[in-house]
Amino acid sequence: MKTLTKLWIGLGVLIILSPIGIILPEHFKAGSAWGEWGTDEMQKLVGYIPQGLKKLSDLWNAPMPDYAFKGWEEKGLQYLSFAYIVSAIVGIGIIILVVMGIGKLLARKDD
Amino acid sequence: MHIPDGYLGPSTCGVMGAAILPVWAMALKTVKKTLKAKQVPMLAMGAAFSFVIMMFNVPIPGGTTGHAVGGVLVAILLGPWAACIAITVALVVQALLFGDGGITAIGANCFNMAFVLPFVGYYIYKAISFNSAPDSPRKVIAAAIAGYLAINIAAACAGFEFGIQPMLYHEVSGHALYCPYDLNVALPAMLGGHLLVFGWVEALVTALVLKYLQKQAPELLYDGRT
Repeated sequence: MKTLTKLWIGLGVLIILSPIGIILPEHFKAGSAWGEWGTDEMQKLVGYIPQGLKKLSDLWNAPMPDYAFKGWEEKGLQYLSFAYIVSAIVGIGIIILVVMGIGKLLARKDD
Repeated sequence: MHIPDGYLGPSTCGVMGAAILPVWAMALKTVKKTLKAKQVPMLAMGAAFSFVIMMFNVPIPGGTTGHAVGGVLVAILLGPWAACIAITVALVVQALLFGDGGITAIGANCFNMAFVLPFVGYYIYKAISFNSAPDSPRKVIAAAIAGYLAINIAAACAGFEFGIQPMLYHEVSGHALYCPYDLNVALPAMLGGHLLVFGWVEALVTALVLKYLQKQAPELLYDGRT
């Protein structure tokens, strides 16, 4: 089998396993990454919401916030795991298209 | 390590954006000179790998979470400039599509994870593995050390960027405008998690994949570089 084929299969396995990245933190009751709190968490942590942070925090409305579908925040882990895998597939699909585009512009066609 | 919108003030975002622009320009220039058409799929693979590795959040029980970046491996296989482009694409998609990392912080996040991390990792790997055979265990050890140190130095950069905010921006009341934690808190917090846990994950990912490639695809360790 070609090396690249093996690596793509490996990547596929990682995509399927990716929900481990939300199941483990849930299981071990770990919170957000340091410095990646939402405004509610910030209120709890320091007792106020910094005004600049409040203004900028919802500057961008991501189409799939936190690697999930909008409105799925309260759903169970199996739903979120499904959304996580879909996010990985969508994200990687777009990344491959973008890099292929950059590659087309940059790469040498000879050798 | 994905700094969200609102944690860095405007001038910090501006400085970090100004710092990463020439890096991107140089990366595009270098990669244009060296990238062969047949290597483009590997570049896409590198970006996709970094993206999916970052989805594996590792918990510190009862504490925070963090993750590897996979960027040191990409730098070892494709060179630091190509890695810079690959990780940048992953970070921009994360910010735009998934809200992971802020739009205003893209400069800072790319500086930390797409510039500092692959370059530090690449040169540490080169220094330690210098002149060793492609299948030597020294290359695996070099990859592990490079992964561990590079993600920690990148985390320290993020900690520094967080930590200078209260000093730069605060209200008369003393309340911070952006990140409320100063260097005394931010730096040890960012470094602590990475020194203790996430650094080891980066080391493990880098070393294990490198070991696998030594057996399965040694050609990538000879001339896969761009």
